Amino acid sequence: MVSTKVSRRRFVAGTAVASTAVVAAPFVRSAYAAGKLSVGFWDHWVPGANKATQELVKEWADKEKVEVTIDYITSQGNKLLLTTAAESQAKSGHDILAFSTWLPSRYADQLVPMNDVVEPLIKANGAVNGTVEYLGKVDGKWLAVPATVGSQIKGPCSRIDLLKKHAGIDIQAMYPAGAAPQADAWNLDNFLKAAEACQKGGNPFGIGLGTTSDNVDAAGAFFHAFGAMLVDAKGNITVKSDPVRQALDYYKRLMAFLPPDAPSWDDASNNKFLVSGQGSLIMNPPSAWAVAKRDAPQVAEQLWTHGFPAGPKGRFGPFLPFFWGVWNFSKNQAAAKSLITFLSQAASAEKMVIASGGYDLPSFANLTTFKVWAEEAPPKGTLYHYPNPHNHQTLSIAAAPAPHKIAEQIYTQAIQTQMVVRYAKGEAMDKTLDWAAKELEGFTRN
Amino acid sequence: MADIAARNPAVIAGGQRSGLHKLMQRKSTIAFLMALPLILLIAILVAYPAGYAVYLATLNKGMTRFVGFGNFEFLFGRDTFWLVVYQSCLFAITAVIFKAIIGFVVAHFVHNIPSKGQRKWRGMLLVPWVIPPAMSTLAWLWLFDPSYSALNWILAHFGIGNIPWTGEAGWARFSVILVNVWIGSPFFMIMYLAALKSVPEQLYEAASIDGATWWQRIWYVTLPMMRNIIAITALFSLIVTFANFDIVRVLTAGGPLNSTHIFGTWAFRVGIEGGDIPLGAAVSLFMVPILAVAATFILRDITKRGSEV
Repeated sequence: MVSTKVSRRRFVAGTAVASTAVVAAPFVRSAYAAGKLSVGFWDHWVPGANKATQELVKEWADKEKVEVTIDYITSQGNKLLLTTAAESQAKSGHDILAFSTWLPSRYADQLVPMNDVVEPLIKANGAVNGTVEYLGKVDGKWLAVPATVGSQIKGPCSRIDLLKKHAGIDIQAMYPAGAAPQADAWNLDNFLKAAEACQKGGNPFGIGLGTTSDNVDAAGAFFHAFGAMLVDAKGNITVKSDPVRQALDYYKRLMAFLPPDAPSWDDASNNKFLVSGQGSLIMNPPSAWAVAKRDAPQVAEQLWTHGFPAGPKGRFGPFLPFFWGVWNFSKNQAAAKSLITFLSQAASAEKMVIASGGYDLPSFANLTTFKVWAEEAPPKGTLYHYPNPHNHQTLSIAAAPAPHKIAEQIYTQAIQTQMVVRYAKGEAMDKTLDWAAKELEGFTRN
Repeated sequence: MADIAARNPAVIAGGQRSGLHKLMQRKSTIAFLMALPLILLIAILVAYPAGYAVYLATLNKGMTRFVGFGNFEFLFGRDTFWLVVYQSCLFAITAVIFKAIIGFVVAHFVHNIPSKGQRKWRGMLLVPWVIPPAMSTLAWLWLFDPSYSALNWILAHFGIGNIPWTGEAGWARFSVILVNVWIGSPFFMIMYLAALKSVPEQLYEAASIDGATWWQRIWYVTLPMMRNIIAITALFSLIVTFANFDIVRVLTAGGPLNSTHIFGTWAFRVGIEGGDIPLGAAVSLFMVPILAVAATFILRDITKRGSEV
């Protein structure tokens, strides 16, 4: 009998071939399970936040004897979007890839169903919100798993001092740290009054009306607050409706109190506006606060993240989830599912949230009360309400509930902010609605 | 004898060898072989992607079936598409005209600088052209920034209020054209300078003897001698400017209200960001036939003038 000692590297190399033959087999910790896995994660804005996923993946890889390579792909310059498109066309690339908001549905035909991963996670971690389900589940099939890394709520981040000074609003009393919101008075009418007061006081609200994500997300939440849908869930164009007219009228009044160059804002403009000390409120995850903490501590000390104002149809906060998906051409699907399951456990999620300074948000209901959000400072508790711990607002996405192929076009072409700017700049309401209807009609083509 | 020689296998082989030898010694064969790596490179990096783009443009949104010219028909019915056509033409034609004028004027200035200091000026004037456009456009973006615009800060010192450089359609169009002109003028300048240097001095001397004014020297000597260079430079720049992407993408991303979108940025918005790759491909291919016809006419004119000379 000849005994051969196989090093881990040789073992891994040898089993890589074997593992490709069992792609559909459930992942078990055995020789078949080992092999290679390549992962494309979203490259985090927050310095050091990637370390959490790096450590977690290493922990899993050591345990499961899988050789994992990680690429952190930035979304700057649409690099992640281009990588996803290229991999889809080439039918080759990472086994696991981070898919931003609309991409699971765009690549539905090329993604491995994840029901066997998501359903147990929901049982363990609680339900996911409606937006995650709308974006990640099509025809009863989970296309990807909601990822903690990169998922975010773009609610208001306000200056405590300026809201008090100009508008007489004590935002900390409305959204007390460690307790449920007392924000019945935080509605669209009072929001408008506050916007006017702050603008007159020289510190306007910084809500952009450009075509990038932050602008579109904010517009989407305001439209939802009026029940304004451009296209309904069945794909019917519903833009010429009273709620849409009401939303446009409201925005026109609001726009008068926003900075005049708001139509040209991108996703960095609102952050800069707040950190510079000019703005009194923006719609953003805590990245602006994190930058202020580093560059303008006196501003950071006055920032408070909280919920959206309520409209006639409710209170909606923009939620942008990231997903982890597995391509159907992946050669190690079982291992990929195992890794995603591991990364979605409560302990892993908490580690990611801590590493990102509270920026990342798990999508599961039971994972919104980690200590980090209550403890982040200054001021202490500034992020307590960021993950919506009391379900105070409905988490939503602009363009929902339109069918994905239409909604994605509405979102990426910023139809809502374009409508707002057209109407606010003097175009007749009917002309704006006609323009939008024609654009939407184009999006319905197959 | 010839018959015998032809039937001799050794002679036939020798004849083939000498034929191949002769072929290899022909200048055109050597030229072809030397150009072959470049031809292959172009085939892989240009011809294949272009052909693939044509193929994509004939598919439906889901890329599952052939629709022929369906995507183009669809585009013709879209207002936004015609806005993009208008903006692309405005952007490219205006920018090329200004680049040509500025390049022509600056080339004359540089030409008249004594040769000792000329190299220094040529180098400095080429700087905007040699910096990668994405980088220099980023610097312009900061100059135009809504909150921190350095240009507005300077204007404020002269009592001029804030200008929405990228926030209002007219100003945004002006801004993207301005940056394109800033980046592209040095190319025209250096081409025109080379052309100016090749105009024989005797022609100017003869014109002076005939009493030609400064303007007549330019009109009857300089311009006719530079015609080919002007045509080629304008054509080349027109094609490149129509195909521009980075300036608009970085400065305005096509906004506000799609007013600065050009073919490249609109194709990216529709195809990559919006997930409609066939439509994006159709947008990007729209100018190909128009530019191809323009290029054919301009190049044919140049060849005709070349043979006249």
